[in-house]
Amino acid sequence: MSLPMARTLFQKVWDLHTVRTLPNGQTQLFIGLHLIHEVTTPQAFDMLRARGWTVRFPERTIGTVDHIVPTRDQRRPFADLMAEDMLSALERNCRDAGIKLLDLSSGAQGIVHVIGPEMGLTQPGMTIACGDSHTSTHGAFGAVALGIGTSQVRDVLASQCVALDPLKVRRIRITGQLARGVYAKDVILEIIRRLGVNGGVGYAYEYAGDAIERMTMDERMTICNMSIEGGARVGYVNPDQVTFDYLRGRRFAPEGDAFERACEWWSSMASDPDASYDGDVVIDAGAIRPTVTWGINPGQSVYVDERLPDSAAPADHSSIAEALEFMGFSAGDAITGTRIDVAFVGSCTNARLSDLREAARVVRGRHVAPHVKALVVPGSQAVRAAAEREGLDRVFTEAGFEWRGAGCSMCLAMNPDKLEGREICASSSNRNFKGRQGSPTGRTLLMSPAMVAAAAVSGHIVDVREFPDGT
Amino acid sequence: MALERIQQVRGTGIPLRGDNIDTDRIIPARFLKSITFEGLEDHLFEDDRATAPSHPISHPAYRGAMILIVNKNFGCGSSREHAPQAIRRRGIQAVIGESYSEIFFGNSVALGMPCVTAAHGDVTALMALVEGEPSVELTVDVESMTVTGGGQSIQVNLPPGARESFLNGAWDATGLLLDRVENVDSVAKRLPYISGW
Repeated sequence: MSLPMARTLFQKVWDLHTVRTLPNGQTQLFIGLHLIHEVTTPQAFDMLRARGWTVRFPERTIGTVDHIVPTRDQRRPFADLMAEDMLSALERNCRDAGIKLLDLSSGAQGIVHVIGPEMGLTQPGMTIACGDSHTSTHGAFGAVALGIGTSQVRDVLASQCVALDPLKVRRIRITGQLARGVYAKDVILEIIRRLGVNGGVGYAYEYAGDAIERMTMDERMTICNMSIEGGARVGYVNPDQVTFDYLRGRRFAPEGDAFERACEWWSSMASDPDASYDGDVVIDAGAIRPTVTWGINPGQSVYVDERLPDSAAPADHSSIAEALEFMGFSAGDAITGTRIDVAFVGSCTNARLSDLREAARVVRGRHVAPHVKALVVPGSQAVRAAAEREGLDRVFTEAGFEWRGAGCSMCLAMNPDKLEGREICASSSNRNFKGRQGSPTGRTLLMSPAMVAAAAVSGHIVDVREFPDGT
Repeated sequence: MALERIQQVRGTGIPLRGDNIDTDRIIPARFLKSITFEGLEDHLFEDDRATAPSHPISHPAYRGAMILIVNKNFGCGSSREHAPQAIRRRGIQAVIGESYSEIFFGNSVALGMPCVTAAHGDVTALMALVEGEPSVELTVDVESMTVTGGGQSIQVNLPPGARESFLNGAWDATGLLLDRVENVDSVAKRLPYISGW
């Protein structure tokens, strides 16, 4: 008998959920939790009906609405009839299939990647799929969580499985202390800048090291969320006491003795200490500074006190030139002082309670610059309610921010929240692609919620490290 | 379910230069406000086309093309299947590129649209060939893993699983996944978070 091989969490979860090897060599992988929303699923249900298939494990799928919901007036029917149609279709599909839907009247609605964790649906050792690329967020709990397309949503509805090739695993260790004013957002932007926007294609990223171990679940989610921005479909952190403490008492988490047994099993799913990796990267947390993107992909970023790169730089020179032209910036420009028009605190990357607290800490007693439109969009109804219990809503509204209902909002502008014309937005979201925030010529600068807040009150990009807490 | 076997795609090409072309550019989010995929092809690269009148997608020289030629990390970003749907519905049946995002690649397999990879130099040469002579007929051969056209032939790649799926007409996975439901049930039973702690 041979000794069991040391394995990573990814390999353990993959092996446990493998149904069989398909004739083409791919793996048939069982999906433990399937999350759905209104944008990428109506066609999947149609395909299912067209073939006479039914939903095989309706209790393993949970729905919510996030992308198209307006964040100002959420009364039904929505003013936007197409949005109303999409929501109605999801309601009908969930009702017909017996799928639980956490809708606007549930008190539990929110961005799918915010509510899964906060409801305790997301748990270590699971496979999780959702028709949304930011499904990698759930990897913060030690799950293998991946974004899928609509045809694969159909596959999961019909069979609870997807056909996939296994991934390699690269370990990214973040060691040392983050400086004041430097956040999880800056860490993931640093990772993407160093490894590239396609450096993770074919890989799962395992985030490790003492800086990650000290992070809260909210911070780990921010990091895992943007794995896909580095090309990695899956990103994860090994489950530990921080994970278990977060899950205890949540609505769908096991209770009592079962919780203790679950913790034991969850621990056993963590990567073995002597597991081997297909790559190892070490990053010194202490060297990371507040980071701002200046271009049209999340890898095009600088530290707030740096200048924009030269388009004559040998690597990626055509990309840099294209980005500078679109953004209306010049090589050598400072990013600080860049005037903004809009400030957005929200999205599945940074709209959890701790994000709102950090932004509020900066704006307390200050006021949004007169020319800036600023909004805070909590990630879920629960986050919104918790923030209101702490009085954060008043901090924001007194400072001149709009305080909105939960949803994806201006991260992708499939709802009334969008940029207009050439506006520049300081945004806590995850993508700065051309047109991403709803105006084909609009411009997005990604940064941490605290940096967004500091930019909102200053009217331009500033270094949050030089910004004393508000009063 | 028996599907069409995809061994070869033959037609003219459209060269679309640029690395990291994301799915928001391929199909802007506002066009995802629909409960079907119908009509998406009309909005393929809509915003890019509006700012660049000579954009290859709307250029008459490439009308009727069936093979899209792209650079690195094509289809990155959002998982929206609307992106390959819009491309496929525009009449494109195969893509040749330096690399793709994983999700875009998988979505394209499910639509029966092979996305083959080739070396940077070969892609550059192919783009130049088609730009010089848009009517040149290209053949993407999934069997021999080559692209030929204009008297040239280059080696291309596809992951073995995807290649098998195209050649055997098994690129739509659902039927296969439903083949052994008893195996699926037994996996569900061994998961403590399903069977109970």
